[in-house]
Amino acid sequence: MARATRPQALIPLGDCAVYIEFSRTLDLEVNALVQRLARAVHARALPWLRDVVPALGGLALHFDPDHEALGGKPLESAVALVEECLKQGLPKEGGAARTIEVPVCYEPQYAADLDEVAKLTRVPAAEIGALHSAREHRVLMIGFAPGHAYMGGLDPKLAVPRRSSPRPVVAAGSVAIANEQTVIYPYAISGGWSIIGCTPLKVFDAERAEPSLFAPGDRVRFRPISRAEFERLAAA
Amino acid sequence: MTIAVLRPGLLMSVQDRGRHGLQHVGLCPGGAMDVVSLTVANALVGNPEDAAAIEITVLGPDLHFERDTLVALAGADFEASIPCNRPVLVPAGTQVSITRALRGARAYLAVAGGIDVPPVLGSRSTFMPGRFGGLHGRVLKRGDRLPLVQDAERLSRERFAALKRKRGNAVPWSLPPPTVPDREPIVLHAIEGEHFAHFDATTQRAFFDTVWKIGAESNRMGFRLLGATLERASEEEVLSGPTTLGSVQVPANGTPIALMADHQTTGGYPRIAEIASADVPRLAQLGPNGTLHFARCGLDMAAELRRDLRSRLEPALRAIAWEYGK
Repeated sequence: MARATRPQALIPLGDCAVYIEFSRTLDLEVNALVQRLARAVHARALPWLRDVVPALGGLALHFDPDHEALGGKPLESAVALVEECLKQGLPKEGGAARTIEVPVCYEPQYAADLDEVAKLTRVPAAEIGALHSAREHRVLMIGFAPGHAYMGGLDPKLAVPRRSSPRPVVAAGSVAIANEQTVIYPYAISGGWSIIGCTPLKVFDAERAEPSLFAPGDRVRFRPISRAEFERLAAA
Repeated sequence: MTIAVLRPGLLMSVQDRGRHGLQHVGLCPGGAMDVVSLTVANALVGNPEDAAAIEITVLGPDLHFERDTLVALAGADFEASIPCNRPVLVPAGTQVSITRALRGARAYLAVAGGIDVPPVLGSRSTFMPGRFGGLHGRVLKRGDRLPLVQDAERLSRERFAALKRKRGNAVPWSLPPPTVPDREPIVLHAIEGEHFAHFDATTQRAFFDTVWKIGAESNRMGFRLLGATLERASEEEVLSGPTTLGSVQVPANGTPIALMADHQTTGGYPRIAEIASADVPRLAQLGPNGTLHFARCGLDMAAELRRDLRSRLEPALRAIAWEYGK
């Protein structure tokens, strides 16, 4: 299949935003392109643009539709902006992408679904953490809740579907997997993914200069830690 | 100088125009549900439009004022011990009782100088799901003391003195915001959503023909719309994607949800429609059991609706400025 390196569809998201779709299915290379495009668009700091939101298969631009710079044609301006950024060439992958190290305790008391995942995947429970942390993951999109990053790069051996009934409350910091992706819950909320560990890091803190631990496009390395180290880091 | 909460209302929180530019890290702008009424409330006390006010929902509070304070309660018509939609100088030591909404669902109590809670990420709005902003990141409760700016009393007296027409502690005119409905069902204009074609013609018609009722489990994140079950015709998987204020998404149970101020920034449910931005503040004026129906609209019409709203709001703001001698 030819990969989409150009917008495939322009979908108005109401009258104050537009979704520029590159792919209707998840393709990690298309997502990487979307991340670089988002950085290029964001760097222009245009006064009519309110938010630049890279998503799994495309880019959402939120704008002030009545800003004078748009001359009453926000969609045309948004498309022209994207075309121009693509034409001028996107920033290199390596440059801006950071690698975030995330300590995770994969021990059973922090991993409510470890046994179930072991049963479904036939990977022994004690090896799940090692398998999960062996690969580099990438932030594909942040959504659902502040700082809640959807990360790609899960070892296919660990692929499990979403749980049939979501838990009403999942503890903050829980590391959970589904659909070949990993998420970390920023605070105690309901969630339907399988919990295989927990990080003592705060993934979202409104009091920090950079409230979100992750940015779209970041590379992520999980580092297995012991229960003792978890408690030490959580107390720090 | 503070305002004391003697009895909290149903869902009372500090709100301003919200925090922008953080949707890429999953944080929605939030802020006032009816930003038009907030704008009018701030103008009525001579505040800049980005000042923080108290958002009051359906049932109002009892508040105690320590010092002379210029206030305005704008938005839904509330049964209250002060008249609505106009500047009122509340004398020191007075209790203001705001009982219940007679028409509309939300009103904003603005005070001269604004509610002076510390800004978080550029806004004083309370974001309840993340427990930050506003007063301690939560709904207001009995015993809370809302901080006002240091010279609120002087500002209040000076601004009230500047008003051209006065009667006692208030003015003989009022300025109701244009978002409060005269009758129900209200009509909301809706643009076809990304997944409109995932629903068959009968379901698409049902979306526009049904009189929808706001369900009881509605909150600042979203309004549940009761009246019909919208079944998807397409089995095509929907990739999680961006959402926005006014997106109407349809979860598997077929009960649509209209996304409101504290909405998720992405979602995996099909979006059948997007409510025209100019109509979202009017939706915020519906309480539980409020009724609405959808009229189909395109982007040109949505732009027309924004112009209409501006052409009603701007003369009102000019009239208020004139009353203040500006």
